[in-house]
Amino acid sequence: MRTEDLIARLSADGARNPAISVTSWRWMAAGAAMAAGLALFATLGIRPDFMSALGSVWFVFKFVLSALVAVFALSAVRDLASPTGSGRGMLRLAAPAVLLVLAVAFELSATPSDRWVSLLSFSNGATCMVVVPLLGLVPLGLFLYASYERAPVRPALQGALCGLAAAGFASFFYAARCTNDSPLFVATWYSLAALVLVALGAVAGSKLLRW
Amino acid sequence: MKSGEKPGRGDLAQLFRSALAGNEDDYRRFLERAAASLRGFCRSRLPPGLPGFDAEDLVQEILMAVHAKRHTWKTDEPVEPWLFAIARYKAIDAFRKHGRRIEVDISDHANTMAVLPDESGLRESDMRRSVDALDGRSREVVTAISIDGHSIDETAAKLKITPGAVRIAFHRGLKALAELRERKP
Repeated sequence: MRTEDLIARLSADGARNPAISVTSWRWMAAGAAMAAGLALFATLGIRPDFMSALGSVWFVFKFVLSALVAVFALSAVRDLASPTGSGRGMLRLAAPAVLLVLAVAFELSATPSDRWVSLLSFSNGATCMVVVPLLGLVPLGLFLYASYERAPVRPALQGALCGLAAAGFASFFYAARCTNDSPLFVATWYSLAALVLVALGAVAGSKLLRW
Repeated sequence: MKSGEKPGRGDLAQLFRSALAGNEDDYRRFLERAAASLRGFCRSRLPPGLPGFDAEDLVQEILMAVHAKRHTWKTDEPVEPWLFAIARYKAIDAFRKHGRRIEVDISDHANTMAVLPDESGLRESDMRRSVDALDGRSREVVTAISIDGHSIDETAAKLKITPGAVRIAFHRGLKALAELRERKP
């Protein structure tokens, strides 16, 4: 086909369907929160001492941290969903990382070293590593779909960031169930769980986000 | 200084905005100007020696991507960075798709390459004779697409069948032709 003919055809189609509508990020975020929240409340529920735990700084810290990851990762996803996205928003993800490192350092300095291993609580950690990725599956799917509707030029990175945003949403809700509030526990198990979603997102992104 | 420089740049954004509001003529003008500025880019970016894929094919792929992703342009940003971000992406994509293998899945490209790839060395008269050896629907479809140069959609409309059926018939016809050629070298 000649380029002129292609242009004639495209412009005719453009006049017929001028506006392509895509799902807004707001709806995607709301959907992700609903999916992860409902899945948690319908299965495991929140921890029994939820109300009294709200008085503990480290319990609240988990929500702050996961909310920061969710918001910053999703805004990077949104930025990079456009071909001209700079990706500079990713730098903001350093903030929750630094906060977590500082919290772990503070906790370890206040805890005798023979109790460090007990903070890790391996059996609860294993649960965390299974539940967080499961809670994050629907959010990951939603973010990948929203990216697919747009035009990311780095598919694997886009998928990985979708995974990180999904991990933020999933962790936020799982934090209400999880009875371990130790920063060392969070830094270890929540991070590993997030890594599962990031890897999954990167693989899915590199396959699905091509256009 | 900013407002005075490069008056053409504002025009292109203006055309695109008007196009996105549904103005067909402005959309055509926008695409023509985009194609003109993409040609140089495509000639310089496309690695040499991709069989069956040249710079103009890449221009067309970029235009199709621009069309499919036109909603990702923010109407207050300049057009060129957006246009060339898509162009770079499609150039890499083209190299990935066409650089490593010679055979291209026909269904991906039947819309853009209406003419049978010229690897057979067949002339049009030879082609007509070979096509005559086909039967029924395949013959009509292959004639319409490969010899008369119609697109899948046009052929579908002409024969009153679905584009999917046209693709299948086209594919079968090409396969049959290839088999015929192998039998009588």
